Amino acid sequence: MGFRVTDLSCARSGRAVLRGVGFAIPEGRARLLRGPNGAGKTTLLRVLAGLLAPSAGEAELDGARLAAEPERYGENLAYCGHLDSLKPQLTVGENLRFWAALFGGGPLGPAVAAFDLEPLLDRPVHACSAGQKRRAGLARLLLAPRRLWLLDEPTVSLDTAAVARLAAAIRAHCAGGGMALVATHLPLDLGPAGEGPGAGPVELAPVEAAELATGADGDPFLTGSWA
Amino acid sequence: MKAALAVLAREFRLALRSGGGAGLGIAFFVMLVPLVPFGIGPDPDRLAPVAPGTLWIGALLASLLSLDRLFQADSEDGTLDILALSPLPLEGLVALKALAHWMTTGLPLVAVAPALGLTLSLPGPAYPWLVASLAAGTPALSFLGAIGAALTVGIRRGGLLLSLLVLPLYVPTLIFGARAVVAAAGGQDPLPAFLLLSGLSLFILALAPFAAAQALRVQLR
Repeated sequence: MGFRVTDLSCARSGRAVLRGVGFAIPEGRARLLRGPNGAGKTTLLRVLAGLLAPSAGEAELDGARLAAEPERYGENLAYCGHLDSLKPQLTVGENLRFWAALFGGGPLGPAVAAFDLEPLLDRPVHACSAGQKRRAGLARLLLAPRRLWLLDEPTVSLDTAAVARLAAAIRAHCAGGGMALVATHLPLDLGPAGEGPGAGPVELAPVEAAELATGADGDPFLTGSWA
Repeated sequence: MKAALAVLAREFRLALRSGGGAGLGIAFFVMLVPLVPFGIGPDPDRLAPVAPGTLWIGALLASLLSLDRLFQADSEDGTLDILALSPLPLEGLVALKALAHWMTTGLPLVAVAPALGLTLSLPGPAYPWLVASLAAGTPALSFLGAIGAALTVGIRRGGLLLSLLVLPLYVPTLIFGARAVVAAAGGQDPLPAFLLLSGLSLFILALAPFAAAQALRVQLR
């Protein structure tokens, strides 16, 4: 049980973005994902979400392997990217109800309460501020129970009160046995979820620009092995 | 099932709200077809022979109009990523979106086509076959268009490229669809062309979701 990443590599456009990334997240723990711009945090989260294919390595969530059983692996995780995944023409409530129906979730109540969305439910998303949209986007995490949360810069455009709400949501998620991997540059108060063995931040170092991808996944023309 | 209905309901809402494409195709169709008598003259003897082809080409271009936003809007606001991670298979999602596109774009075209047929002096016996052939053929236009929309999802101003990709694929549907109406107008048996059109449509409906879903997977990478 838990989440484990072993020796994960990923190449994009012939350039190695991730090389030999490995870490684990025990049940009930949240780990921050840190690294300078361009270190591949977004790429790593997209690979772990199953949106990008790794060129090597494996991720395993509660015994389900990303490469071998993508469906069973995927049904246990929730992913929040840079974008809020909201439709500007629909109201916040309509957006949330759609995601709840799609992911087989229950009532909106807990998600609305956790991110203080009650006053926004009937407002069209295009009339919301960036921080309000972000909160509505993050509320999707609470609509359906998922074991692992993958969050890419979730604190962007949030005020301090909303960041505290996000941290509280992550703590509650981990208190129930959930796991989270959060790419952020802000200090996030994870409480007991961020302590103990195997917690601490995951540090991601940029792959050297000169290191070109090789192997079956690398484009032979771009890597130069074609000539 | 609940997820599928949610996707359909969302597509309808988005199509009908401001910025949605529902009114676009029908408005284009209604504007385009009455221009033809102005161009080639009001003589019924000259209009009637070209009426089936004109109506079919008009419907085909009208359904193409809103296709470029089919996946692009979802890709730009990050919805496509989350949809791809949802329990609904991508093939099912593509089929639902194409179905919603047909119901908001193709179906209204079928409904107004007879009225536009009057402006082109389409002969009486051809009307039921005009409606039948458009009803059978326009779903194929939406589903083929979904393949093009999936292939051009990452391209800014992909509309023109979409047209270049999709219009050649529309040719067989256009041939059999217009042929059924021409035959009915000329007192021949329209059934062979209509059956070929229906078979073609079913073939496209069965295969297009798989092709479009595969194209989307490549684009997500």
